[in-house]
Amino acid sequence: MNNMIEIKDLTFEYNREEDGKNIPALSGVDLNIEKGSFTAVIGHNGSGKSTLAKNMNALLLPSGGKVYVNGYDTADESKLWHIRQAAGMVFQNPDNQLVSAIVEDDIAFGPENLGIEPGEIKKRVKESLQAVGMYDYRKKAPHLLSGGQKQRIAIAGVIAMRPECIIFDEPTAMLDPYGRKEVMDTIRKLNKEEGITIILITHFMDEAALADRIVVIDEGKIALDGTPKSVFVQVEKLRKIGLEVPIVTEIAFRLRNKGIHVPEDIISLEEMVNYLCQ
Amino acid sequence: MLRDITLGQYYPGESLIHKLDPRIKILATFIFIIELFLITEFIQYLWILLFLGMVIIISGVPLKFMLKGLQPLMIIIILTFGINIFMTKGEVLWTLGPLNITREGLHQALFMGSRLILLIIGSSVLTLTTKPIKLTDGIEKLLNPFKKIGLPAHELAMMMTIALRFIPTLLEETDKIMKAQMARGADFESGNLLKRAKSLIPLLVPLFISAFRRADELAMAMEARCYRGGENRTRMHELEFHYKDIIAFLVVLCLLGIIVWQRLR
Repeated sequence: MNNMIEIKDLTFEYNREEDGKNIPALSGVDLNIEKGSFTAVIGHNGSGKSTLAKNMNALLLPSGGKVYVNGYDTADESKLWHIRQAAGMVFQNPDNQLVSAIVEDDIAFGPENLGIEPGEIKKRVKESLQAVGMYDYRKKAPHLLSGGQKQRIAIAGVIAMRPECIIFDEPTAMLDPYGRKEVMDTIRKLNKEEGITIILITHFMDEAALADRIVVIDEGKIALDGTPKSVFVQVEKLRKIGLEVPIVTEIAFRLRNKGIHVPEDIISLEEMVNYLCQ
Repeated sequence: MLRDITLGQYYPGESLIHKLDPRIKILATFIFIIELFLITEFIQYLWILLFLGMVIIISGVPLKFMLKGLQPLMIIIILTFGINIFMTKGEVLWTLGPLNITREGLHQALFMGSRLILLIIGSSVLTLTTKPIKLTDGIEKLLNPFKKIGLPAHELAMMMTIALRFIPTLLEETDKIMKAQMARGADFESGNLLKRAKSLIPLLVPLFISAFRRADELAMAMEARCYRGGENRTRMHELEFHYKDIIAFLVVLCLLGIIVWQRLR
């Protein structure tokens, strides 16, 4: 079993309160996430990307189709806690996901819920805080930390549950550029060094470019799926969906339109500089 | 300015009193209050003063902080004193217009006043030497036996934990909303009481909406971290009784013994 998450023909409908009608947020989504991979999910506001994320750890249950996490069906209530332990989630607002007024107590919250014995919890708290580089702050109160630091605490709180996969739901949307970098560095480190499967929901293209694979969601369907290079070359399709492309891809696209033959697979600034200066 | 508020009135320290188990401290405070109410004679306050003095010296908390707790309750103390001094019948010492001050009244007022002051200082020792979070843990553990009769001990403690976590966040937010509304011409400072209360509406409405949104998101985040109530939950810091806790408890019980014995005699 190489797939961390398997999504088969997923449909999800919201019940709109004004008229009681069911509004589809996702329809017919098929998606497999490989173990150890780093996948970015992009899409504009209201495209259904956040709904997709919440379906991945049973916070929302499919209206139609199936979602399997580590082989467990999310609709199977007896496996609920296995699923949420295996697929942790970090949310957008760093303030609204920390439970305790002391950093280390907050990290312990997840393991405590799993009923792990105190000695092991202490060990995990220490390791998790070290993994995100926040061990020195273990006695601090969360409200005294910066946004980026709070988000790293939230990540440590999830790592302490020893998940195989972490779903990030726009973790950098409320952070300043420095905080964004802190969080993105932490996410990449977890993927490369700890081998944790990462699913990053974002609307920042430069963040998505760091992933191994990009899935573009539009109107509740998968519009594009592939490596960053293969997705970003489709500049016109992305524009039609209402997404910006990274600045480098944009420049390459314009240069090509002017008749300069820039190779299509250039997506990083470095590659661009190397090409232009050769 | 709102960033460095401290909750409760915890005075950081490493003293023996600080290190005692919160459960012992809560129970001891209760017993201390019972002792105060069992006392019938002035002379017995000496025992209490001796005990309290000892505790305060060991705790290393400056007396100034202990007395600070009296300030907000000064009105109640003065009221108690006043009612007792004027309303007790007996041998008249002085007369102030229609009011008589009696010997018994003076005695009763001083007696009640001292009781109230000692009560407040005694309970301040608990909050000054115990972190709010420890206090919460202690309350949860003490209430555990009452779970059988349907008391939601874990839920109460979780609510207190979350409140402690979010009070600074919400205060910060209040500050932010206040400034935003002031920038748009809201006036929070002038006018009579009614006008001022009304001017709080543009502050309270956004604050409540935001608090509910936060609660919703927090609930989801807690569920994502496998929270399912108090059952099968372990704690990182288990509370443990040590010798010092038992000794401290025995000291408080001794004091209770002395006072009960003197009362029965």
